[in-house]
Amino acid sequence: MTTIAIPEGMPQYDDVPRFDVAAVRADFPILDREVNGHRLVYLDSANTAHKPRQVLDVLAEHYAMHNANVSRSVHTLGTEATEAYEGARAKVAAFINAPSVDEVVFTKNSTEAINIVAYAFSNASLRPDADPRFRLGPGDEVVISEMEHHSNIVPWQLLCERTGATLRWFPVTEQGRLDESGLDGLVTERTKIVSLVHTSNILGTVNATSRITQRVREVGALLLLDCSQSVPHMPMDVVDYDADFIVFTGHKMCGPTGVGVLWGRGELLAAMPPVFGGGSMIETVSMARSTFAAPPARFEAGTPPIAEAVALGAAVDYLSGVGMRAIQWHEKELTAYALDALATVPGLRIFGPNVPVGRGGTISFALGDIHPHDVGQVLDSLGVQVRVGHHCAKPVCSRFGVPAMTRASFYLYTTTEEIDALVAGLEQVRKVFD
Amino acid sequence: MQLDQLYQEIILDHYKHPHGRGLRDAVDPDARVGEAHHVNPTCGDEITVRVTTDGKVFTDISYDGMGCSISQASASVLHELLRGRAADDASVVHEAFVELMSGRGQVTPDEEVLGDGVAFAGVARYPARVKCALLSWMAFKDAAARAGVGVSPTEVKA
Ligand SMILES: Cc1ncc(COP(=O)(O)O)c(C=O)c1O
Repeated sequence: MTTIAIPEGMPQYDDVPRFDVAAVRADFPILDREVNGHRLVYLDSANTAHKPRQVLDVLAEHYAMHNANVSRSVHTLGTEATEAYEGARAKVAAFINAPSVDEVVFTKNSTEAINIVAYAFSNASLRPDADPRFRLGPGDEVVISEMEHHSNIVPWQLLCERTGATLRWFPVTEQGRLDESGLDGLVTERTKIVSLVHTSNILGTVNATSRITQRVREVGALLLLDCSQSVPHMPMDVVDYDADFIVFTGHKMCGPTGVGVLWGRGELLAAMPPVFGGGSMIETVSMARSTFAAPPARFEAGTPPIAEAVALGAAVDYLSGVGMRAIQWHEKELTAYALDALATVPGLRIFGPNVPVGRGGTISFALGDIHPHDVGQVLDSLGVQVRVGHHCAKPVCSRFGVPAMTRASFYLYTTTEEIDALVAGLEQVRKVFD
Repeated sequence: MQLDQLYQEIILDHYKHPHGRGLRDAVDPDARVGEAHHVNPTCGDEITVRVTTDGKVFTDISYDGMGCSISQASASVLHELLRGRAADDASVVHEAFVELMSGRGQVTPDEEVLGDGVAFAGVARYPARVKCALLSWMAFKDAAARAGVGVSPTEVKA
């Protein structure tokens, strides 16, 4: 074996941050359970991630000890609940390096966060005095890509239907990368917003955004990054990425369901009209009309997911404790291992990048012409949990000419033994259907 | 969990060697023809079922589609069981199959009525797969209605 010397001054191999996977696994109670008489092998974290005891405890303790509504009471419990909720906002803001805590809006999930932006455009388009950056009409364009999750397609289709704007998209290459070759023709002076997935939930591709960001700035459009699959898996710095909006969802990052995040540049959120009306989002209300609170409250109508947000704060603490760089590296190693291991399975075709560069730990594949439902069912009988179907990204399936795919996805608690179990399971699938 | 309860030999056999697959035109120019295309939105399975009838008997039931072994085998069994049957008869079989599939594994199928369809008894225990098994049967019901022949009014409870 030859050793490659890394030049001095470059990060050395040993500099890569690491963590104790076994210790992490011990934090996740569900990983101890069995499925169909086998040890659970959970390879569906891109769908939803498991929750460590540290998060579950905070959730339970909030309800047991600090339960009250937020921002509405002077009593002690109300103050505690408000402090916990706002404390979680601060944790999330720090986690993504947001310049201001007020730039973090709690939503139900990524889907709601994207819809808030899309409907803000819609509402602004009806009001001549609204900020022109949010006003859309015939001749204006919205740009997405062919590798989006449905939740970053449908809201924009609906918005274009309502406003007469035109929806356009980046194609995807055969290797499962974003095809940026037509960038200058696609993103033009007519473009009002580019809404792009950061890491694809089906192909695993991590999109390099800098060229696109530069072009978006050139033409004066806005940029939204769907970070549902990136914020849980790598360090995120919204200033460094120079985005205008990012969205992500708590349940994919060891947090509970029911809470997500819309981050927006402060100045933009301030210029954005409200979407949902109700309690907590107003400045003053009379019978004829209302004025609205400053962000983030303007976009958090009604009682928010309080305990969920607090638990998301605990999830952020947990992930930061392990270290996002370390998590990213762990998943990179797993991905390299899995790509090699899957290459040994006869008849297996990987959709998306087949090198562990510019991709995350989400791998979709076909096993001969065996339907993914059947693949998933046999794997389930062995305790191996993978997702099958179109993964809410039907255009990607169409792009690669298949109705469905089988997907394995990894997280900080995933081990190479689990990847071995997947590969062994796929042998079993081939036996049943050959 | 017993995988072979789900993937009975009969099911795998129908899947690997489907009967009556491929959409066919009516031979008799006076025949009534109805067609329906159903998709399972959660997994993208698709089936098109075409029925040809003289108003009393289903002279042909043809189909085409793509999907998992359960959905494709079930279409093959549907073809076997219902082609050439009178509408009333077909209704009885249809109802029995839907009942079996909605029974969460608690219904004992009657082989007299359901033939190879009894192999799907195991599928009823897998709620995620019941829709696969019923896809072609629901498309058949719609296709028959479009050809002017009503089949079993049963709705899926699951
Ligand atoms: C890339 C991407 N965007 C958006 C979403 C939607 O997330 P949620 O369903 O939590 O709103 C998902 C989750 O499936 C996703 O993977």
